[in-house]
Amino acid sequence: MSETRPPQSTVLEVNDLNTIFRTRDGEVHAVNHVDFSLATGELLGVVGESGSGKSVTMMSLLKLLPSPPAEIVSGEILFEGRDVLKMSDDELRALRGGDIGFIFQDPMTSLNPVFTVGYQLTEALREHLDINKKEARKRAASLLAKVGIAQPEQRLKDFPHQFSGGMRQRVMIAMALACEPKVLIADEPTTALDVTIQAQILELVRDLRRDQGMGIIWITHDLGVVAGIADRVIVMYGGQIVEHATVEALFKDPRHPYTRALLAAMPSVDAERTEKLHSIAGQPPSLNKRPASCSFAPRCEHAFGRCTEENPPLIETSGGHQVACWLEHPQYMEPPSEMHLRESF
Amino acid sequence: MLNYTIRRLLFAIPTLLVISFLIFAILDLAPSDPTGNLPLTIPPEVREKIRLSLGLGEPFPIRYLKWLQQFFINEPLNMIEQWFGITIGDSENRLRVQSWATRSPVVDLIVERMPQTLWVVGMSYVVGILIAIPIGVISAYKQYSVFDQVGTFISMVGFSVPTFFTGLVLIVVFSSTLGWLPSIYDTTHKVTDLASFWFQVKQMIMPVMVLALFNASQLSRFMRASMLDNLSQDYVRTARAKGLKERAVLLIHVLRNSLIPVVTVIALGIPQIFGGAIITEQIFRVNGLGQLLIIGIQGADIPLVQTLTFIFAVLIVLFNLLADIVYGILDPRIRYE
Repeated sequence: MSETRPPQSTVLEVNDLNTIFRTRDGEVHAVNHVDFSLATGELLGVVGESGSGKSVTMMSLLKLLPSPPAEIVSGEILFEGRDVLKMSDDELRALRGGDIGFIFQDPMTSLNPVFTVGYQLTEALREHLDINKKEARKRAASLLAKVGIAQPEQRLKDFPHQFSGGMRQRVMIAMALACEPKVLIADEPTTALDVTIQAQILELVRDLRRDQGMGIIWITHDLGVVAGIADRVIVMYGGQIVEHATVEALFKDPRHPYTRALLAAMPSVDAERTEKLHSIAGQPPSLNKRPASCSFAPRCEHAFGRCTEENPPLIETSGGHQVACWLEHPQYMEPPSEMHLRESF
Repeated sequence: MLNYTIRRLLFAIPTLLVISFLIFAILDLAPSDPTGNLPLTIPPEVREKIRLSLGLGEPFPIRYLKWLQQFFINEPLNMIEQWFGITIGDSENRLRVQSWATRSPVVDLIVERMPQTLWVVGMSYVVGILIAIPIGVISAYKQYSVFDQVGTFISMVGFSVPTFFTGLVLIVVFSSTLGWLPSIYDTTHKVTDLASFWFQVKQMIMPVMVLALFNASQLSRFMRASMLDNLSQDYVRTARAKGLKERAVLLIHVLRNSLIPVVTVIALGIPQIFGGAIITEQIFRVNGLGQLLIIGIQGADIPLVQTLTFIFAVLIVLFNLLADIVYGILDPRIRYE
């Protein structure tokens, strides 16, 4: 499946991150007690439905959320041992675009419409590398060539609206890669692209990991992509990590009911065509309170008493496989509920 | 772009002809009498003769065509003659558009009044823009801050309090009470040395500030709204994620986009400068175009009002075109074919 590399030194470590939005209608707890780490050359997949806190978590890492309303209330984000939250503005700027590259979701609006692609690319280069305009342009052209844009020198003079959606996303990727960052955060980078371009981009990402040892965080809701490229996977739900495992373990032995439901909802090419795709009944949770119970409980078919009373912590089951579910808790006893007895996974 | 400009200019010709006809027709329908201001002792027969001598005896279409000829043929020819010092045809007997009140050519009157208006009103426009843009930018960047609240309050006041009130308040404070500034604008004043320049500055401060406050109030709100629109765009986040300095994000990425609609509004407002600020010019006794227009209307000086109003119309059409062209230059997504 994936080219697993032995985990090397940890480049990014996130401990107990909490981000809330203070809105007029009250607080929205978008990220709750999130912990994870990323090693050099590792690809960490982050999956979850819309509104599960994937993007907000990653934007919190670079303090890219507008404040107000967003506020990182507690936690620690260590990049090579230094806490991002305690950095000065200058240190933070050196990190953004220099050590950590960010690819955003929507290529149609993420580029400034009034500047040429060349300007927007060289801007980042000149900010972080000590090079002159000519060198920056040369490098920008080679970056465009790298992401598969033909005639890069001419295209540098074009404005974003002269590129198609897929091409714009490539420009975004080129921009994120401009200064050869140690960590690349890609927020649904291939969602807007058709499958052939998606395949090319995945190929490119694979090369970057191999050649530069870049640590990559790949946010997506496409489990197929995750299965193909990730080393480890985080499943997020309601602003929390509900399952954290290696990609093999996650697909072979998903422990959290939500992960199972997600995998069941995935259409398969080989499987017999059923009448309807599986779907998870119910709505994603509202995040206007700090979670006091399992946020998936209302939609979970295995929920029992404790699920609605206490929020399950991440419990390690085996070999780094973590899951936030009371069913996995060592003290968990078979409840005398007939509902659970009916079910066998 | 050039093609587009030429096409728009050609389209402007019928538009302007229709406008000139409408102005002429409306003024003709207005119940005004050029002899109305003359002493009551003048008998009706004499008044009738005066009217005939002004050309009012002719039917409406003839008068309109004559005005067209005077404005579009005779005046330009006269201008060419004056610029190059040459004589074209029978220039002695060529009739120019003449004011009924002063019997002098209307265009000469306008040329006489133009500098005062451009100096005072134009300067106030420039000052207004220079005040409005930074205020708009800072207000938007620090939305709901004390600066923003104060700025919002002042611009609401500046926009809702009429200029005849602010003008009088300034006169009461700075001329009557403190005696620092003259309350009457001396049009004949010539700047020859530093002292006379200083006097010119002093007499311009109040009218310029009154109008600048009014202009800046409008424009700063517009600038703020435009900045706020752009600050929440995704590309701003991209610029920050690149590690750009906050100043570069704001003053290069956001400002460049926010200025597009603001520049259009500024360009569309320029014809108003030529129109003069009728009320402010009256308060500070600035002999500008606004005052000329008011005098013309009061004295039923139809050729003067007709010509002046039509020139405003031409300027509005031209600056509309200019605004469109500037928009095309500033926004690369707009292409005129």
